[in-house]
Amino acid sequence: MTDLPPPSKKKLGLVIDLDTCVGCHACAVSCKEWNAGGFAAPLTDEQPYGKDPSGVWFNRVHSFEVAATEGCASSATPQPAMTLHFPRSCLHCETPACVTVCPTGASYKRAEDGIVLVDEDKCIGCKLCSWACPYGAREYSEVEGVMKKCTLCVDRIYNENLAESERQPACVQACPTRARHFGDLGDPESKVSKLVAERGGVDLLPQLGYQPVNKYLPPRPRRTGEATATAPQDETLDTAALPPMLRWLDRILSR
Amino acid sequence: MHPAFSVLLFTTLSGAGYGLLLWAGGLILLPALQGRTPANGATVLLWCVLLLLGLVLTTVGLLSSMFHLGKPMRAWRAFSQWRTSWLSREGVFAVLTGLVVVAMLVLLVTGSLWPVIPVLAALMLLLSLCTIASTAMIYASLKPIPAWRHPLVVPGYFVFAMLTGWLVLMALVNWSALSDQALGVIVLVTFALAIVTALLKLVYWHRIDRQSLGATRGDAVGLPGRDVEVFERPNTQANYINREMGHVLARKHARPLRAISLLLFAVVPMVAAWLAWANPQMAGPVFTLGALLALSGTLVERWLFFAQARHLVTLYY
Repeated sequence: MTDLPPPSKKKLGLVIDLDTCVGCHACAVSCKEWNAGGFAAPLTDEQPYGKDPSGVWFNRVHSFEVAATEGCASSATPQPAMTLHFPRSCLHCETPACVTVCPTGASYKRAEDGIVLVDEDKCIGCKLCSWACPYGAREYSEVEGVMKKCTLCVDRIYNENLAESERQPACVQACPTRARHFGDLGDPESKVSKLVAERGGVDLLPQLGYQPVNKYLPPRPRRTGEATATAPQDETLDTAALPPMLRWLDRILSR
Repeated sequence: MHPAFSVLLFTTLSGAGYGLLLWAGGLILLPALQGRTPANGATVLLWCVLLLLGLVLTTVGLLSSMFHLGKPMRAWRAFSQWRTSWLSREGVFAVLTGLVVVAMLVLLVTGSLWPVIPVLAALMLLLSLCTIASTAMIYASLKPIPAWRHPLVVPGYFVFAMLTGWLVLMALVNWSALSDQALGVIVLVTFALAIVTALLKLVYWHRIDRQSLGATRGDAVGLPGRDVEVFERPNTQANYINREMGHVLARKHARPLRAISLLLFAVVPMVAAWLAWANPQMAGPVFTLGALLALSGTLVERWLFFAQARHLVTLYY
């Protein structure tokens, strides 16, 4: 049913730290690897070794240039220019429009933990859900004719065949800088909720009102002392201050 | 947004079909409201032809829309989620309208149960209105596409249905000799519909050209207020998101295409009406050609409606 369930107590999701993400794409690759054989399998590729390869990915890592600022809404102090690595995947919204627009009931939000999934046996491939998502979380598989999306590794996090430490999404496990955190964002006492509170985690495009469960931790403010503020100076040499020997050398070499 | 041809054809044809059903409903209800029974067999025959053509246009439209589905054989599932989905509602209303039209055709052909016909005609009118509204709401309800959220989108679908439905009706009735009085009314209505549609579209285009996306790239990455530029895309080749949401061709050629569509859907019908008025024996062919050209103009307009609409996800690319 594409009616949304009443808000669940448990809201499983990810917290992504934009301060420590180095843009290595390990999360995207390990996501692709796990999900090629998991709940949403296969994660089809077309012409993977051809001229124009194309395929379905649940997680994509963008890199942006952020210009220096004298102070703005997200940072009061002057900030230098920087690179921003930005992993983008489904945010498992509290009120996901991708679910309510679905005409068949293939898209649904789980009542017990809030994970948004697609039942591929019911999907007719009309693509309307992908139009309804501003975050580009859903990708259509041309080969199978159905819509695909992040499952929050629902087939890992409850999987009793895995060791307890491995019961977390593949992207979280793969991250070499621990920039991705998985947990219950509905519980204010959980580690992820505390992290969000401490670091001032934000929603993406909150004005649309989809209430994303996943949060992003903005980069920590950079130190802005004189050292970073002043540009490198041109090197000048005061020959008059040099000892006679070096002054003579300078004169010889300057010829 | 990527304009899928099957969807453009669908909204154009079914728009004309439901518009025709609206006018047909009006034609059937009018004498009934005045307490008259149909004058003769020819009137009933005309009604049957109108209903049949409306049914064919809407059905062809619906079938063509199935071609953009990944799994057309499962299309029946789309009737289930009418409580939340405008696409599902559109399907339900379309099928109900079709059933009422078929019932009317059967009753008209068998000549039985005359008093039921106006009731069914009123029902058909209402259901056609609901179907057009649902089609428009599929687009108007999508928050990530500001150009489709514009308040003129829903009225736009209605005026296009009325205009194209009227022109199809004219292409049929003008093959028989009409009185000067009737032709006068026809010319007036054609001018009024064409002018209203053209004005609405001109205002809409003017507005969306000056509309902001309502969000910046900074908002999209959680750094509102910061000036953010794309440094490196996540994918070297275009992916589904780039192909489906990031269509740029139309923005380049918008001006000539808008002029072409305006010429075809608004100027051509007015010229056709004027020619028919000046030369009543030419009315049939002139209106038929006019209707076909106006439908192709509507197709261009629909192409622009898709291709010019910017999706918020393009902020990430």
